Amino acid sequence: MKLDVLTIDLSKYEATTEEREDLKEWLGGAGLATQLMKEDLSSPGCDPLSEENVIVLASGPFTSAYPAAPKCVSMFKSPLTGNLGESHAGGRTATCISNAGYRAVVIKGKSKKPVYVVIDDDKVYFRDAGALWGIGNSLITGRIIAENEKGRGLRSILRIGGAGEKLVRYAGVTTETYRHFGRLGLGAVFGSKNLKALMIKGTKSSKVHDRRSHREMYDKIYKKAVESDAMSKYHLLGTAVNVNSLNEMGALPTENLQRTSFENAEKLSGEKLAESIGQRIACNHCPIACIHIANLREQYRDEPYFYKTIKISYDYELIFALGSMLGIGSKDDLLKMIHKVELYGMDAMSTGVALAWATEAFEKGLISKDETKVNLKFGDRDAYLKAIDHILDQPTEFYSHLAKGVEKCSDVYGGEEFALAFGGNEMPGYHTGYAAAVGHSIGLRHSHLDNAGYSMDQSIEEYPAPSKLVDDLMEEEQLRQMLSSLVICFFGRGVYSPEIISDALKPLGYDLSVEELEELGRSIYFEKLKLKKDLGFKAEDMKIPKRILETESSQGKLDKEYLDQALEYFKKIVKKA
Amino acid sequence: MKKLIIEDDEKCVGCALCMYACARRFGEAGVDSSGILAVSKSGFERGATVIVCRACEEPICAEVCSTDALKARDQGGVKYDEDNCIGCENCIYACPVGAVFKRSDGKISVCVHCGYCVDYCPHGVLSYKDIEPGEKDENDPGVET
Repeated sequence: MKLDVLTIDLSKYEATTEEREDLKEWLGGAGLATQLMKEDLSSPGCDPLSEENVIVLASGPFTSAYPAAPKCVSMFKSPLTGNLGESHAGGRTATCISNAGYRAVVIKGKSKKPVYVVIDDDKVYFRDAGALWGIGNSLITGRIIAENEKGRGLRSILRIGGAGEKLVRYAGVTTETYRHFGRLGLGAVFGSKNLKALMIKGTKSSKVHDRRSHREMYDKIYKKAVESDAMSKYHLLGTAVNVNSLNEMGALPTENLQRTSFENAEKLSGEKLAESIGQRIACNHCPIACIHIANLREQYRDEPYFYKTIKISYDYELIFALGSMLGIGSKDDLLKMIHKVELYGMDAMSTGVALAWATEAFEKGLISKDETKVNLKFGDRDAYLKAIDHILDQPTEFYSHLAKGVEKCSDVYGGEEFALAFGGNEMPGYHTGYAAAVGHSIGLRHSHLDNAGYSMDQSIEEYPAPSKLVDDLMEEEQLRQMLSSLVICFFGRGVYSPEIISDALKPLGYDLSVEELEELGRSIYFEKLKLKKDLGFKAEDMKIPKRILETESSQGKLDKEYLDQALEYFKKIVKKA
Repeated sequence: MKKLIIEDDEKCVGCALCMYACARRFGEAGVDSSGILAVSKSGFERGATVIVCRACEEPICAEVCSTDALKARDQGGVKYDEDNCIGCENCIYACPVGAVFKRSDGKISVCVHCGYCVDYCPHGVLSYKDIEPGEKDENDPGVET
């Protein structure tokens, strides 16, 4: 299997392909992207919205060879945190990169005017996107490109909505209608480069090293995948199944984490949303089909017998951020909120957490209607739908601050004690205990998926010393770096033990022992940490919002002393790295 | 004769595992030689389906093939002899289903109804059944296979 990297320079409208066998040890995904970022981001101190920022999209050696490894890792300098941005998405992006003959794509520079780029196997086209610029609805942009370009079934269309164009710092990039590079602002980086969309068409294959053993290994993995818990957990109710359980254990952030249980949680539960499921779909080359799509039928007010049916994909994080966190207590209201954020291409989690902070700040009188233009109130869907429009349009100075994220906005208006962000990234939907709070702080992308502290909290009987907790979280994050270098979906992680991974690499021409794979995870972790430091990460700036300490988690109130000790321990690790 | 049947296309999640299975027969990791295509129905909001040869009794793709690369099989569908294929693409344009595909080497791929992909369809979309020419497929009302 070759390791080719395609580099697209938007300033020069040039594309070059280079074979990079020298990077083979990093496999792909997070490992490869970290190395390419180090090479290509020539000014680590640059403004993330300047021409100097780069975008890396990386696939992995398993993507086209085995099931359940279809994640694409994007890396860039984040306009939300000013530090390393990393966001993963499913859909067809990774398989199309792989089937077009590449392991990774690097995008540099800035186009003079709006363009969309088409990668058609080994050719690259720069298309004028003047007529597409200004279309705020990412669904429409995707549809226009799909109808005008060839390659049905063999392509991935990454596009931004209005939020990316307007440089909302938590704008995402949408692919295959329902999958997202949601977190940390890749959409704004696209927007800053005048890049409306990127289509990747991949129609090829690579030859495996050993055909027979590849087929045998494939069968083993496939059987395990379809018979695993992943099928029942993620395929049936999907991640929304967590709503009721997190609510019952008192871990569901509600109304800006003033509480951790929500009286209307049942109405937003996976079981309740299942009543509206229209269909389920899958990422390319994955049997799990975890993408749940709800139908919302709406009647137009002014015309009898005239309806529209909207198809909305949902997951747990969206239900938390645009549901309980905002006190939205009905399924249809929630779906309308999700749909709005989807159209504009905003990160649902950041948007919900930012609005939750704004609501509390409004209630406390830190901001008034002069700033917000609407009376923000928990549970008021219509006010929030308008406020989301305002994050896009930024009609007041306040909204231009809110579009920069909750941490930056609270720097201006106060209320930082209830601005729920870690490392500048708005919190995910788990107030489960110490492992989540520490995990979100020390995770290299400040995501719940870095080290799954929320899961550790749920299985832990007695907390170890703070330093041991940090060690455990880091160990999990290092294992996940190895999985992410193969772009294995975390939903399928139960299938891919290090032993299976080692065996599965052999028919592809890689010889890596279990120990070497574990070492690879550690190396990627520290390479990424060093890159984060080069980009300006200072461990001494880490802080945990006061609200995290005030509101009871499912493990009770969190002790500041314990958290401080954990962070102190981590600071020493960062210093040494 | 056994044929690949789309049992229920409403169940298709667009995972494309059938495509990767088909290409795997040729030692490939990818989709190049796949004779089946998984697509969204003009966007995933309308669901997904697969496009594959329907095993015509008088296959038009074979009729338009001037080099005998594609030949009609006795009980429907075609045999493909790639050594004879010159990559003219007549078959691709002739097939009204769009079930003949171009490979990166310029030749074509088409389903030969071997049934290999069926074992990798996790959601019951595909099946492999004995169906005689002219016999009706019970899951495909009004359409003779």
